[in-house]
Amino acid sequence: MEAYREHAFDVLIVGAGGAGLRAAISVMEAGLSCGIVCKSLLGKAHTVMAEGGAAAALGNMNDGDSWEWHFVHTMKGGGYLNNPLIVEIYAKEAPERVRELEEYGAVFDRTPEGLIAQRTFGGHVPFKRLAHVGDRTGLEIIRTLQDKAVSLKPKIFMEMTVIRLLKDGGRVVGALAYDRHTGEFIVFHARAVVLATGGWGRMYKFTSNSWESTGDGAAMAFEAGAELIDMEMVQFHPTGMVWPPGVRGILVTEGVRAEGGFLRNSKGERFMFNPEYMTDVYRGKFAETEEEALAWLSDSRKHRSPPELLPRDVVARAIYKEVRAGRGSPHGGVFLDVSHRGEEYIKRKLPSMYEQFRALGDIDITKEPMEIYPTIHYTMGGIRVEPETCASSLPGLFAAGECAGGLHGANRLGGNSLTDILVFGKRAGDGAVQYAQSVSGGKASAEEIEEEMATMLAPLNAASGENPYVLAQELQEAMQKGAMIERTEAGLLECLDKVMELQKRAKSLRVEGDRCYNPGWHTARDLQFTLRISEIIVRCALERKESRGAQWRSDYPGLSEEWGKKNLVAVKEGDSVKIMERPLPEMPPHLKAIMEEKK
Amino acid sequence: MLETITVRVFRGDANGGEEKEYRVKTFPGMVVLDAIHQIQAEQDSTVACRWNCKAAKCGSCSAEINGKPRLMCKSRIEDYYGEDGIIRVHPLKTFPLIKDLVTDVSWNYKTAEKIAPLSVSSGVPRPFRMQQVDVERVQEFRKCIECFLCQNVCHILRDHNRKDGYFGPRFMVKLASLDMHPLDEIDRRAQLHSEAGVGYCNITKCCEELCPEHIHITDNAIIPLKERVADEYYDPLKKVIRLIFGRNGRKMPVSSSSKK
Repeated sequence: MEAYREHAFDVLIVGAGGAGLRAAISVMEAGLSCGIVCKSLLGKAHTVMAEGGAAAALGNMNDGDSWEWHFVHTMKGGGYLNNPLIVEIYAKEAPERVRELEEYGAVFDRTPEGLIAQRTFGGHVPFKRLAHVGDRTGLEIIRTLQDKAVSLKPKIFMEMTVIRLLKDGGRVVGALAYDRHTGEFIVFHARAVVLATGGWGRMYKFTSNSWESTGDGAAMAFEAGAELIDMEMVQFHPTGMVWPPGVRGILVTEGVRAEGGFLRNSKGERFMFNPEYMTDVYRGKFAETEEEALAWLSDSRKHRSPPELLPRDVVARAIYKEVRAGRGSPHGGVFLDVSHRGEEYIKRKLPSMYEQFRALGDIDITKEPMEIYPTIHYTMGGIRVEPETCASSLPGLFAAGECAGGLHGANRLGGNSLTDILVFGKRAGDGAVQYAQSVSGGKASAEEIEEEMATMLAPLNAASGENPYVLAQELQEAMQKGAMIERTEAGLLECLDKVMELQKRAKSLRVEGDRCYNPGWHTARDLQFTLRISEIIVRCALERKESRGAQWRSDYPGLSEEWGKKNLVAVKEGDSVKIMERPLPEMPPHLKAIMEEKK
Repeated sequence: MLETITVRVFRGDANGGEEKEYRVKTFPGMVVLDAIHQIQAEQDSTVACRWNCKAAKCGSCSAEINGKPRLMCKSRIEDYYGEDGIIRVHPLKTFPLIKDLVTDVSWNYKTAEKIAPLSVSSGVPRPFRMQQVDVERVQEFRKCIECFLCQNVCHILRDHNRKDGYFGPRFMVKLASLDMHPLDEIDRRAQLHSEAGVGYCNITKCCEELCPEHIHITDNAIIPLKERVADEYYDPLKKVIRLIFGRNGRKMPVSSSSKK
């Protein structure tokens, strides 16, 4: 039998982005033992790429912001599919979590009064709500949490990939991982496991996501029997780089529009003023002329904000439609222009965008427009969790951050992810601590361990089989074509056929080389995660016969009242995916009153 | 731009290795990391490299391209292939090799553990009030993406392997970001003087020149830290005062080992 190393902790945390690190801080402060496993080096997780800011109603800009407004905006932006209890906790606790970062060492941009400066973003208008550091807020947050967590001395396992949750009966009691350096297996025993594994964008061709975003956490939770929610909801960020081909999909921060950037088509029109793109919930709340939008730049309290700051789903669809109508830029995008803000201002507020376009795109954004097009960016759906504790539907398993679902509903507002990971990273840590203290250790199933090790090693031992890179590429083509911004039943069905075909073919893979740092071998395993998650995305997208948030079914173009009352839940049945409709959680009267008051 | 180029990638592990040659198709805007990815997908999936963001924000894909320490994701191929159409890609030299372009940078993480995080006295009113002008220098230092290119090129670490005596430029920048934080109450001079070894740096500025984040490592971080240490330990007048009156500085010196 294949050998493995063993470690035991009170709480095992999978993933070391913001959510995982914040959870670790909670566990360590509670005095429990904590292991953190991450696929990359510490500090390289996806949080590092977040740019624009962390949304929290600190009210530092004296604009009358409050948690109630943040609650309303988040619900509205999410097409009301969000779990209101999760959103309430989030909006209330975000300010405290952001201030706590200052205590840990974060240095945000300041207001003239010396407080944390805030900027606005799509869906948060008219409030300036995002605490930020230029356009590198994610780096500030991950480094801050990294330093704080490291100072508390958890055991950190870098460049190790968790591939299976281990159970004792119905309860999660650990996980199996492999060391990317050596290829050896490690069994982690834990009283509670927190998944903070991030999202899944790698099954699409053009994405702002790194190699890590293969949905391991959600896929493993699903395979172990946990419920996933809102899986059809995949965010297409309106502004990804288009040209040159080498940079296609790289993120251009929403901060560009927040700092006054215009979107224009090839005819020079600011097409977001086209009333066709306005949705009912936002009608009348945005500037309707270019003059008014310009005036907003100098006085954001007196004037309505530019329609470029509509939520991401709305702007992404508009860009898609402009290009489809033949009004695109030379490389198939539209123009984003911030040059009117002047060189000094742009270099101060958007330094990394300036550098990114200068070095990679040969564009000086202080003088010329960028070309942009929607890119796969974020996944709203994920592991279904309890609002207070982040407990999943499986005992012993907790989830926080992008891999969990429920906070963002059908569409996430920019800036709501960086505070999501803080608020629910902490709550998942606390929840796991509480649970770990209440249970005795379990015993991981030896059969599961052996089965998984054999699966993992199969491509290395196979005499023949397919190349995982080829399958991964075919999957990306299929998802990009069939499960992108505009979805139809025919397109989704075709995509599903392809995904199922690829799942079959992926049963016999072959890779060269040995177990020492072998990317081909790693890709073979990642592929299994992306294939499973792709199937779930497509099945849910087929099921939801309406257009809401990120889900745009052009064969069912409107909002449906019926569908607005339910989430889709995916759960494993036998070896197949079962999709269930689940009524939305009831909104308590005090939240209903807030929604009513702040319409 | 050439339609195809030759990429010579170092292949090997701790036991040694050699360059292996790959022919790669080019496309507009291609960076060296794209070339490595193409090799992995189409020719040899065992070539090991690190990467994450592919946008120069995470600092994972550090390598030596034609002998120059660079981020592969930010290095356009046309800036590196000459008339012969050849680019050579090697791992960082200062750290032990794991495989191909992947090195063991764990020493950096161990060094980071020796630096005490920010500590603000409970007497300071919350929420913190700091002026933008007072945090700008600290923000410059906090732009660091931990690519460790500065560590790789620092000759104290690279040529003299004094990892036992000097934390290296990355952690000088980190210490500077804490030391210059308006609210930090820890006196870091003793640590800088002793285990961090700020005195080792002889200001050749190799690190500063190649920082992908354009941090003025030497001018803005190391030189001021050297001055702080010199002021404390080498000022003859202060030395006399100390001998007579004892040490009663603004802050108590703390080294990492005495932290909780």
